[in-house]
Amino acid sequence: MPDTLTPNTDENAVAETSTVDKLADENTGPVLIFDHVSIGFEGRPVLDDISFQVKKGETRILLGPAGVGKSVIIKLANGLMRPDSGKILLFGLDITEMPEAQLLQLRRRVGMVFQESALFDSLDVEDNVGYRLNEEHMPPEEAHQKVAEALRFVELEQTMKKYPSQLSGGMRRRVAIARAIITDPDLILYDSPTGGLDPITSTTIIELVIKQRDVYGTTAVLVTHRLQDAYVMATHRFDKAANQMTPLPPHTTDPNTTFMVMNDTKMIFEGTTEELAHSEDPFLKEYLA
Amino acid sequence: MAFTSPEDYAKKMVLTLQNYFLLAGQAFANVARKPFYFGDLIVQGDLIGVGSLPIVILTGFFTGGVLALQSASALAQFGAKAVTGQLVSLSMIKELGPVLTSLMLTGRNASGMASELGSMQVTEQIDAMRALGTDPVKKLVTPRVLATIIMCFFLTIVSDALGIAGGGAVSVSMLGLDASQYFHTAYQTLQFPDVLQGLVKPVFFGFLISTVGCYFGMSTKGGTQGVGRSTTQAVVVSSVLIIATDFLISRVMIGIFGR
Repeated sequence: MPDTLTPNTDENAVAETSTVDKLADENTGPVLIFDHVSIGFEGRPVLDDISFQVKKGETRILLGPAGVGKSVIIKLANGLMRPDSGKILLFGLDITEMPEAQLLQLRRRVGMVFQESALFDSLDVEDNVGYRLNEEHMPPEEAHQKVAEALRFVELEQTMKKYPSQLSGGMRRRVAIARAIITDPDLILYDSPTGGLDPITSTTIIELVIKQRDVYGTTAVLVTHRLQDAYVMATHRFDKAANQMTPLPPHTTDPNTTFMVMNDTKMIFEGTTEELAHSEDPFLKEYLA
Repeated sequence: MAFTSPEDYAKKMVLTLQNYFLLAGQAFANVARKPFYFGDLIVQGDLIGVGSLPIVILTGFFTGGVLALQSASALAQFGAKAVTGQLVSLSMIKELGPVLTSLMLTGRNASGMASELGSMQVTEQIDAMRALGTDPVKKLVTPRVLATIIMCFFLTIVSDALGIAGGGAVSVSMLGLDASQYFHTAYQTLQFPDVLQGLVKPVFFGFLISTVGCYFGMSTKGGTQGVGRSTTQAVVVSSVLIIATDFLISRVMIGIFGR
């Protein structure tokens, strides 16, 4: 599968961090490729021979029971973990053995929303959201404008001077989304963004994910164990004029939103909403019931 | 409770050592690599140096005082009470100043580093930092290591001075010694190797305190319980290492300079 991208994995070609950006820019293939990836912890296999691709503009929803290794996939995709075997290509570049300095450069193109938000508790919301901009030494006024814009997107502009401990769980997730999107990333990785939230707050978060997908067309991988979130993602679109998500016409689904289902270290399904709904796999039938 | 086999225990120890040396080496190498977090260095310097000043002043002063008190009674048996200042100054500069200051810094700062970085680790803030394109070793560990080395050096000088002053206060007010004689013997007895030994030690101790504290913080696992465990381990390990390294440095310096 990834043979077509072999030239981009040349170690010499990615020797300089500036080259990483150039090569990532030149990538015309899938944004993310997992090629026979396996990983285990303390002798216990967690992922076994996982392969999939995420194309540009696509939103992949990764479903599966809790503890099946979904978050591990997200961390592998961003190079926060290294696989035991197999290859991972991010923007066409092999990140499996890429030095950390180059990975740090590449990660600037990726937004990531952590399961428990992972906001810096010693920084206020403005500094959390603008963290990356401050690291890049953007002029304070310009950074403030961009932070305000990102917080407006998640409708939390009024919380700029608050600390994470002063926010509710749902608000923290929204701030985490603002932090992930502030630099207009080419890929967003959502690790259970609705985990542990009440249904109403979960819908608010999913609406933001749909808004990002439909307004900016950002490629995304979303991990969840909540089926209702996945179906809302597939059956709704964001109406920019009304500034809210609206259901798609009956029997239609978003063509760019596809599914993967994991169980017991394996990827057991990959396909569209319709294919998932009509699957004859006994586990899927039980899982979806 | 399952027992760990000796083989697994040995492997775990080797892995821990390997990871510690990697982190320490990386933190040290980052000093010469961009970007430089100068602001973080100043903040850590303030927290570690200025924050630890009161305890270092108090410990130094009373250590010097008690040293004068105890040594004077022993020296009086040989009619050598007059050299109390000499004994206090040599002990403070070569041993007690660096070691006690470092132990105080360990209790206050190695624990603080381990708990702060440990909390960040278990709440995925360290991963978030990496995901945002920042090297956490460069941003969090290197400024702490540099700040601790610099501050440990200067705090030891403060402790030495206060210790000699404390010894002087006790000698004059309680032992009836002459102030001029005390400070004169305290100063006259010091030679270059003594001062060098007293100033080399805090550099090594500062490095140990910060790298051990940061290592246990960065390798924290297991939620809040893990943070508590890391904090305790950081204090215990760095305290033992300070005492052991003190012996080694003393042996080497005595070997080189003969005193």
